[in-house]
Amino acid sequence: MDVEITLRVDGTEHRLTVDTRTTLLDALRDRLGNTSPKKGCDHGQCGACTLLIDGRRALGCLALAVAHQGADIVTAAGLADGDGGGLHPLQRSFIAHDAFQCGYCTPGQIVSACGMLAEAEAGWPSAVSKDPGATDVVLDDEEIAERMSGNLCRCAAYANIVPAIAEVAHR
Amino acid sequence: MKPFRYERADDVSSAVTALAEEPEAAFLAGGTNLVDLMRLEVATPEVLIDVRRLISDRIEELPDGGLRIGAAVPNSDLAADDRVRRRYPMLSQALLSGASGQLRNVATTGGNLLQRTRCPYFQNVTTPCNKRAPGSGCSALEGHQRDMAILGSSPACVATHPSDMAVALAALDAAVTVRGTDGERRIPVTALHRLPGDTPERDTVLARGELITGVELPPPAHLIPSRYRKVRDRASFAFALVSVAAALDVADGTVREVRIALGGVAHKPWRATTAESALHGAPATGESFRDAAAAELARATPLPGNAFKVPLARNTMVSVLLELLEEGR
Ligand SMILES: Cc1cc2nc3c(=O)[nH]c(=O)nc-3n(C[C@H](O)[C@H](O)[C@H](O)COP(=O)(O)OP(=O)(O)OC[C@H]3O[C@@H](n4cnc5c(N)ncnc54)[C@H](O)[C@@H]3O)c2cc1C
Ligand code: FES
Ligand code: FES
Repeated sequence: MDVEITLRVDGTEHRLTVDTRTTLLDALRDRLGNTSPKKGCDHGQCGACTLLIDGRRALGCLALAVAHQGADIVTAAGLADGDGGGLHPLQRSFIAHDAFQCGYCTPGQIVSACGMLAEAEAGWPSAVSKDPGATDVVLDDEEIAERMSGNLCRCAAYANIVPAIAEVAHR
Repeated sequence: MKPFRYERADDVSSAVTALAEEPEAAFLAGGTNLVDLMRLEVATPEVLIDVRRLISDRIEELPDGGLRIGAAVPNSDLAADDRVRRRYPMLSQALLSGASGQLRNVATTGGNLLQRTRCPYFQNVTTPCNKRAPGSGCSALEGHQRDMAILGSSPACVATHPSDMAVALAALDAAVTVRGTDGERRIPVTALHRLPGDTPERDTVLARGELITGVELPPPAHLIPSRYRKVRDRASFAFALVSVAAALDVADGTVREVRIALGGVAHKPWRATTAESALHGAPATGESFRDAAAAELARATPLPGNAFKVPLARNTMVSVLLELLEEGR
């Protein structure tokens, strides 16, 4: 069953007709040609499809496009087009730290890290936070690993992903 | 995925009426469980009624000092709420130990309570499963048993309820408010989910078409200190093998109030009432904790593949209570 929706993707408004079964991930990749978000599992288990939806990190593979009429979506490709036109600090840091091997999980890692840093900035606790009442979050390696646990890396580049994120977090 | 129609109701009562009129309709909230089950064709609704924007996404103070959580409040926002963190730490911890940052941002309070079991046979339409296809048999009895129940199961079904949040809510004596075509009712969280018996296809006592509108938490007196401990196969982003939500109030070395609920062990969040009664008025010592935990698990009926969960649940209960005793000093 087809429904017409509008989506704002990386700053550009798109009007498209989708079958109700289409996920945001499929709409982006197959309809709008934005292959930055990846399909790893299609079941919410790997984080390769992570997007910022209305400013919060979320999974494109479990989000129905019809339920996101008018949503503002940012992909890793969109992060790069920030103010100066250059790469996002997280993207630069991933390169500097060699925080990937095959790179398949990387756009999801970077978008997720971007959302995660905003959550920490807002004082959100995590499962490893020592003082659940504390509103100042110190992003040590254990906190970063816990907060990023929804992003799997099949190449196990974690040893470089955590420092890449830490460098941006500690600026 | 089977084709379906997508609808948005104008308000709660029209959503409830719309669902009642469509035999194959389902409510959609965050979709993190339902969309997955639709892709697996375990769920095959013909109509989705999106309720996410209809129900409250606010957390409000109740006159008695408790809190009312709108059913659309996302799991992340609930866990980060300052009042929840200070007054009901176990609830914040339970939420934060569930799923991932991305999922918690989308998953709602109502959807979390009503998520379906993660039993691999329930999720696989090619295998027998009495919960998905009543009368087809239970594949777990001769199959994968690690994640299955040790308490309250039946020959028809040994599945567990996967929610972490619900375990904390059960320990806290929270209640859900529910809207049906006949109006509103209130159900304690401990009475929301069912044991499987010979009708495992029914997870809860909700009638078809009833919508969860919110969750009410009682005032936090005697519920601090509290804590949630989850034991699982990897350190993060995994469902519980066993989890314990507990609160302990000790005065003069004697247990004044205690709450214990277990996750990962039953078809519902398991309130450990036997252990609680054994502990009320008892000396707050490791020995009482061990005896109470053993009493709770005396009724366990593990399978060969998950017998380890009995000592795991016992030891986790004891260690959480000892930590709370220390914290309360
Ligand atoms: C990879 C993965 C890992 C996960 N790990 C964990 C974990 O460790 N711990 C944990 O607790 N959970 C975990 N989850 C589950 C997650 O918490 C649930 O998917 C989520 O809470 C469901 O909420 P939702 O709003 O997305 O519900 P939906 O998927 O929208 O709905 C779920 C069900 O509830 C019904 N429903 C929704 N809202 C209402 C309402 N207000 N009234 C009546 N019916 C309603 C729907 O019809 C549907 O049947 C995990 C999920 C995934 C995909
Ligand atoms: S593709 Fe979405 S989480 Fe794996
Ligand atoms: S770099 Fe290969 S999956 Fe992460």
